[in-house]
Amino acid sequence: MKFPYSETVLEHFRHPRNVGKIENPDGKAMEGSPACGDMVSVHIKVDPAANTISDIKFESYGCASNIATGSIITELAKGKTLDEARKITWKDASEALGGLPKIKVHCSVLAIGGLRSAIRNYEERHGLVKEKVPTTKEVVRKRLKKVMNPLTGLDLVRTNLIKEIEMKDGDVRVVIDLPADHQFASALKEEILEKVEPLWDVKKAVVEFTE
Amino acid sequence: MQDRPVYLDNAAATRMDERVLDAMRPYFLDTYAVATSEFGYSQGIEARESLDDARESIAVSLGAGPEEFIFTSGSTESSNIALKGVAQALGKKKGKHIIVSKIEDFPVLNSAKALEKQGFRVTYLSVDGDGFIDLQELSDSISDKTILVSIQHANQEIGTIQDIDSIGRVCKEKGALFHSDATHTFTRVPLDVRKTPADLVTVSAHTIHGPKGVGGLYIRSGTQIGKWIDGGFQEFNLRAGLENIPGAVGFAKAVELVTPEETLRLQAMRDHIIDRILDEIPNTTLNGHRWKRLPQNANITFHFIEGESITLHLDMRGFAVSTGSACFSRSLEGSHVIFGIGGDHERAHGSIRFTFGRYNTMEDVDTVVVAAAEIANELRSISPLSEK
Repeated sequence: MKFPYSETVLEHFRHPRNVGKIENPDGKAMEGSPACGDMVSVHIKVDPAANTISDIKFESYGCASNIATGSIITELAKGKTLDEARKITWKDASEALGGLPKIKVHCSVLAIGGLRSAIRNYEERHGLVKEKVPTTKEVVRKRLKKVMNPLTGLDLVRTNLIKEIEMKDGDVRVVIDLPADHQFASALKEEILEKVEPLWDVKKAVVEFTE
Repeated sequence: MQDRPVYLDNAAATRMDERVLDAMRPYFLDTYAVATSEFGYSQGIEARESLDDARESIAVSLGAGPEEFIFTSGSTESSNIALKGVAQALGKKKGKHIIVSKIEDFPVLNSAKALEKQGFRVTYLSVDGDGFIDLQELSDSISDKTILVSIQHANQEIGTIQDIDSIGRVCKEKGALFHSDATHTFTRVPLDVRKTPADLVTVSAHTIHGPKGVGGLYIRSGTQIGKWIDGGFQEFNLRAGLENIPGAVGFAKAVELVTPEETLRLQAMRDHIIDRILDEIPNTTLNGHRWKRLPQNANITFHFIEGESITLHLDMRGFAVSTGSACFSRSLEGSHVIFGIGGDHERAHGSIRFTFGRYNTMEDVDTVVVAAAEIANELRSISPLSEK
């Protein structure tokens, strides 16, 4: 049989390592959406004394390269310091996998983003963010670009669903241009809060709907 | 791993029947001359007679006369000739409006898009959750500027069979020509142009265990259509190019070999796989109508998981199927058919098409169901979307 994937990719695809969730993770992230065809979730447990990743788990909805990259980054990141783990690149993952098809970059790069976001999530939740950029409307907007509009599969910002963003003394208010009883309203609210609340200077975040 | 590979992508291409190959062989090695007029030389006359015989037997299977059927290089070319040929003949004379459905296969859809760039207006009819167009919407869309309506006989992915008799009648009443892409129904679902008021019908040999690169277009007598490929005077001066006589002979043989009993056998496999998967594998959805569908087609979404992963796992176990997932397609876009019937990205990405042919058995169905169930379990156990 002729597959476009290396033996290592197929091996990780068949037997992905470190699959699942961690109960009470120290950091977690979900990247991607069903629209782009791929999603990856990454959970980490951090050893605060050594500042290393003591445990890591991933889940994947996606193609073979997405699954294999998710699997390999858990192996690459485990035991590394947060700084080392953050520096793992797509190239590192691809090399460890014996190469990935070029057309699959966008599916596999998600796992790298997932790892970095999980580390960032840990740091934000534990007050460890080094470069303390004040949260502005733009910062919030950038975060919301990672929340997908399930109606179209594009993010909330691109699909003009963000009606208003307000930032005042650590209180963030996001207004979504959808009725509150919309089928995706509660899912969107949850996802938005997950993205905005961990920001270091955000005290409270609320999501409102237009009707 | 299967002890032998199981091929379940017969909508894309089929294994050629040895009897077709045997029928074609003499036209490569013995009677290889060009088809000449009756005033030519013996081998050329013999070649022309064989071509005429092939043409006649395929035309008869459609209820048409031999002068109403031209050979082409396949259904892509046939549909291109139908849309662009009619546009060329009637665009200036009558109007520049064409109607197609949103879920047509790419030859029709992209021919329509190409004509749009040349100033034609195209209406893309929406379809309901099963894939059916709305007859009233069709009727309302046809104006005196509408030159052609192109609605497929059955869908390439989800298998839904349109009511082309009624569609043809609406077009006839309103004075628009009607083309139907019958690539996937030809010989399997009855189509007789004496009963169905279609003016143009696309057919192909590759879906019925005939050779690749051979198709045909039925053109009702008197239909105004422009010449799309210029050159000699072949195919009633409608399609230039040296005739593919082995292909035409093989196509006719392939048509002859399809029997109603075989179609029933395929239909039994279709029903068996749909029943078993929907019963035994949770969170699965049938795409397309349950009964008004191609006898050889089943298309099922496995929720929470992605099609390329499913097809790769199946491939590693020896099964060939296709998927509507973006990852699988060359365009990296999810299936326009699943979106057309109101499905979301997740439904498109997790859709798997199983299509049966002459060389499949009921045992193939049973083994692929078992494999699919195991694979769905495995992939769902690592998916963040799964219900756990």
